[in-house]
Amino acid sequence: MHLLVCGATTCRTSESDLIAENLRREIEEKGLQSEVQVIMTGCFGFCEKGPVVRVMPDNTYYARVKPEDAPVIVAEHVIKGKRVQRLLHTEMAAQSAATEPKQTGFRRKQIRIALRNCGSINPENIDEYIARDGYAALGKCLTEMSPAQVVEQIKLSGLRGRGGGGFPTGLKWEIAARNKADQKYVVCNADEGDPGAFMDRSVLEGDPHSVLEAMAICGYAIGASKGLIYIRAEYPLAIQRLKTAISQAREYGLLGQEILGSSFMFDIEMRYGAGAFVCGEETALIHSMEGERGEPTNKPPFPAESGFLGKPTNVNNVETLASIPVIINKGAAWFASIGTEKSKGTKVFALAGKINNVGLIEVPMGTTLREVIFEIGGGIKNGKKFKAVQTGGPSGGCLTEKHLDIAIDFDNLIAAGSMMGSGGMIVMDEDDCMVSVAKYFLEFTVEESCGKCSPCRIGNKRLHELLEHITKGNGTMADLDRLRNMSLVIKDTSLCGLGQSSPNPVLSTLANFMDEYVAHVTDKKCPSGQCRDLMRYSVIPDKCVGCTACARACPVNAISGERKEVHFIDQDKCIKCNACFEKCKFAAVLIN
Amino acid sequence: MGKLKSLADLKKIQQESRQRTELRAGSDSNEGLVQVRVAMATCGMAAGARAIMDFFSDELEKRGIGAVVSQTGCMSYCYAEPTIEVQLPGNEPVVYGFVDLKRADEIIEKYIKNGELVEGIIPVNYETID
Amino acid sequence: MKMETVKLTIDNKQIEVNKGTTLLKAARQMGVEIPTLCHMELHDLNIENKPGGCRICVVEVQGRRNLAPACITKCEEGMSVRTHNPRVLNARRTVMEFILSDHPKDCLICPKSGHCDLQDMANRLGIREIPGQDIAAMSTYRKDTSPSIIRELDKCIMCRRCEMMCNEVQTVGALSAINRGFMAVVAPAFEQNLEYSPCTYCGQCVAVCPTGALTEVDHTRDVLRALVDPSKTVVVQTAPAVRAALGEEFGLKPGTLVTGKLVAALKALGFDYVFDTDFAADLTIMEEGTELLSRLGKFLKGEKDANIPILTSCCPGWVNFFEHNYPELKDVPSTAKSPQQMFGAIAKTYFADKINIKRQDMVVVSIMPCLAKKYESQRPEFAVDGNPDVDFSISTRELAAFIRQANIDFNGLPDMDFDRPLGESTGAGVIFGNTGGVIEAAVRTAYEIFTKKKLSRLDFTELRGMEGVRQAVIDFDGFPLSIGIAHGLGNARKLLDEVRAGRSKFHAIEVMACPGGCIGGGGQPLHHGDSSVLKARAKAIYDEDKNKQIRVSHENQYILQLYKEYLGEPGSEKAHHLLHTHYFDKKAKIIIKK
Repeated sequence: MHLLVCGATTCRTSESDLIAENLRREIEEKGLQSEVQVIMTGCFGFCEKGPVVRVMPDNTYYARVKPEDAPVIVAEHVIKGKRVQRLLHTEMAAQSAATEPKQTGFRRKQIRIALRNCGSINPENIDEYIARDGYAALGKCLTEMSPAQVVEQIKLSGLRGRGGGGFPTGLKWEIAARNKADQKYVVCNADEGDPGAFMDRSVLEGDPHSVLEAMAICGYAIGASKGLIYIRAEYPLAIQRLKTAISQAREYGLLGQEILGSSFMFDIEMRYGAGAFVCGEETALIHSMEGERGEPTNKPPFPAESGFLGKPTNVNNVETLASIPVIINKGAAWFASIGTEKSKGTKVFALAGKINNVGLIEVPMGTTLREVIFEIGGGIKNGKKFKAVQTGGPSGGCLTEKHLDIAIDFDNLIAAGSMMGSGGMIVMDEDDCMVSVAKYFLEFTVEESCGKCSPCRIGNKRLHELLEHITKGNGTMADLDRLRNMSLVIKDTSLCGLGQSSPNPVLSTLANFMDEYVAHVTDKKCPSGQCRDLMRYSVIPDKCVGCTACARACPVNAISGERKEVHFIDQDKCIKCNACFEKCKFAAVLIN
Repeated sequence: MGKLKSLADLKKIQQESRQRTELRAGSDSNEGLVQVRVAMATCGMAAGARAIMDFFSDELEKRGIGAVVSQTGCMSYCYAEPTIEVQLPGNEPVVYGFVDLKRADEIIEKYIKNGELVEGIIPVNYETID
Repeated sequence: MKMETVKLTIDNKQIEVNKGTTLLKAARQMGVEIPTLCHMELHDLNIENKPGGCRICVVEVQGRRNLAPACITKCEEGMSVRTHNPRVLNARRTVMEFILSDHPKDCLICPKSGHCDLQDMANRLGIREIPGQDIAAMSTYRKDTSPSIIRELDKCIMCRRCEMMCNEVQTVGALSAINRGFMAVVAPAFEQNLEYSPCTYCGQCVAVCPTGALTEVDHTRDVLRALVDPSKTVVVQTAPAVRAALGEEFGLKPGTLVTGKLVAALKALGFDYVFDTDFAADLTIMEEGTELLSRLGKFLKGEKDANIPILTSCCPGWVNFFEHNYPELKDVPSTAKSPQQMFGAIAKTYFADKINIKRQDMVVVSIMPCLAKKYESQRPEFAVDGNPDVDFSISTRELAAFIRQANIDFNGLPDMDFDRPLGESTGAGVIFGNTGGVIEAAVRTAYEIFTKKKLSRLDFTELRGMEGVRQAVIDFDGFPLSIGIAHGLGNARKLLDEVRAGRSKFHAIEVMACPGGCIGGGGQPLHHGDSSVLKARAKAIYDEDKNKQIRVSHENQYILQLYKEYLGEPGSEKAHHLLHTHYFDKKAKIIIKK
């Protein structure tokens, strides 16, 4: 028998160490150490109910366990085989005899659809993909469904684009199918560019065939015989696995002529991007594939009308495509049963920042930010206080405590002043300065703007400069007004999605953290102590013993004072390097 | 196997492949092979997954344990790379995180040989769709 | 077929327009002028520059989340549009402030001041200050001065007009957008100097640049110095297209011929001799016509080295183009120098002898509708011991500025005649300024020499027009002479590809680098894409031709005198030495290095 004790940070701060220790002691006392082992594990994903103890093999979860509960668990469960009702996980308690090892019975927060095969199959072996229903959806489409029926299924599923825009995928396919042309193209957008987002890379590296299969299904549905994967050259492993997958699929005749004995033909080629963020925008992506400068053009015309080489082109993101075979296999209704009214299915998020379980998660649409951050994500690192979460990549918005209970879907996030984006989720704690956070994201968009339209080319630069100005303590209240006006105009007038969303970090921090801005401009203080220019180092006279250690450490000779006398820091000379603070053994240096 | 000419051909491959896996896993008996899957996506490799994979394939052979070591994609536990999944015949797979060479050795000696769980388990916290 | 139409509301007024009409044009139809900056339309070339980049023309479309650019948004049934409401005005103004915040403020000495679209727009939108200018970084770039064109990219607003002219109209490919974000700019590949790019100096980029980012190299200062220097005899020549356009700079209607005033102005400026490039054009016809007939003779005899078709060579942009792009065809164009260079060569020999001065003491200035002429005059093969045949070439625009500087009341000037002997010309010399004119002039002379008959008509209207590529067959008394004409280098490329492939059916081809020929040159008063201006200039040129007593080059008495006194026969050794040249493979000149 095994007793698994959650050893992740959140539970550990609630004394899970002690619980494990107590359990071990109880077991030793009872002389059971050869039969029962106590193991510290990673996070179970129920941090709000932690600390959690799981008993194997009968798969019992105990929630909110305290160190003093150890004797009961050992006495009742281990020795007598009876569950301790009082400590049972609530949802589990509702279940009667949830003893079967496979299904624990209660709802886990995550459901893996796009990530279904990642980490389970060998991505370089097509047979393993086929064993898990791989290419069955394509087979079903080719033998049982007309192209129109395939489009209809995707429409009914309610699937929306996972790359950021959230455009209904079925509708996109329908428009591309409707436009007549001698050649059409299916493009997989694998130009994942949001900093910290890597779900597409994971899918391509872990389950490349799911993308190929979906592209073929799309080709069948819209009447295209050619597929292109636009992938950034910085993803060498994903490229290699895709190449392997393509050649295996060709060998099996799952790409090429007369696929599975039908008259349908479809083949896929790779195109490489040089890592420009804006090339994730579909018109810029298409220009890049054509060998032109990677710049967006106004829509309409949409690619579905006039895309690659002027032909109707359907562009879908990797995660969107990875969901397609499942929808075909399990039916649109099944997919539509997951999620919220207007956002169906699941979404993969990349958790990053000050969160314990950094990594990928896939949750049904409608899961709350609280569940994602505090249960699945294991809460904030080092027991710090949650301050904000930035969703939607560099051009998303920063949401706060008050937004934690909104159900995540495309529309709710926009209503809250942020967006879904490709699923980046960066968590910030009390130590983060929100003005600096906005500045950081602007730095990215300034760098990645293509420069085609004036508001994005120049406006974002001006936003960044003004934020810099404020973090240096030179801002005024009028600057905050100007910041807002510039942001609104950039959103309103920019050519593509990049500029239309790049001011979001500024607008959302202005809306949610106005007090921090005001502190920067009126009090010339950074409440989180992050803005170096706003810090002031001084010596507390009562504590200073005149040891001269600080003066010797100061690289710019800003500290004066005789031996055994109180020292003084010249504010004009101080460069805020922190050396005096580190050197002082008497805590006589004050930072405020 | 050459080109698949029909849906039936595809189904055949599916069956064969599934049987192979089940046979390997020893399904309900304890006769099968130990399966070790190492998460070998960019993230895992950057954390040293290749050395872990080499260790398992070399050491399991040296220590005379019938096993299949294979690569797989990212298991999504970035904070705990390198990650591996070990499935003993007739058992549910168990995921271990933070696997360094010391822990890999421990996993072979304790878990694979004796079925004793060792530290670093990452509980499965998601539902699969099938 | 009846055009499909859509109904929409613009500023509360209903309007019905053809399907596919943009909001900008629909608004214009009802008298609402939406301001634009990057947008530009060249009607007859069927070219519209509308990258949708400046975002000045944004308007509010009901139901859309963001403002829409009027220049590229098409009218849709039932649309409701507001072109000047507060939201739009605030956005437009803020965007304009952005653009100005990254633009130098040295309007006082900017060559574009007074003709600058950006300056006009700043006025129109009432910008009086640029908030935050004190902390605003500027995107700055290395200034690039080539023999003809100056690139001062600090002033570039990324309208992409130059890029469109260079790539789509001219197919030269010297300019494209490089860098990204704040540092994005239009430049040759790898931010190389123009000199090492495939640039032909046609100047079409300069002609469309809305700001001072692309301007011509200004030589008026050098000319003034020469005029001041008592030891120099300053001789000026004026190209045919100048007289048909200069008046526009002084408020006259496009197409007003100002030949007499032009001469008077040049005299008032202090030039010692005011001559006409048309004289040299007649000389070109004598040499090029002779060359054509000689090659044609060989061709008719079936000789292999006949080198047919013959290509005209008076356009320096065009010469640069084939030296860069078709060096393997460098023996195909006529070896005759351009009129500008023939003039220089004759002025500094024949005429210098006549007035008894040394060539070092003579300064030859040319007034040209062209920027490539500046480069041409500096080609080393057109100098004797470092002394160039043509010292300075200034554009029509520079001359206009010079006249204003001298406080000359241009419109009040009396008409004056060119000086003799290099000022006398025929109608054939005048029409060099129009597309098709050189070949028409050549046909007039070649016909009479080839057939030994007098022409019954002088107006070969089949060679005229504005179509980019034209062709005609002229009956040379039983021999059908097949002629091709292209203006705009993109069109030239089409004919040249045929020549290279050995598929050309023409005996002679005329090429002019600029759309419309020299009248649309890169140094002319800006026509802002209004092709009616080009048409009026072309008409003026043909009118001048019609009014000339002599309209064929070989009847120009002063040309005949020049041959008699100095050159001998057309194509003689002396003529070859002074009036002919050869071409170079300049593919290798285009270097790509960081």
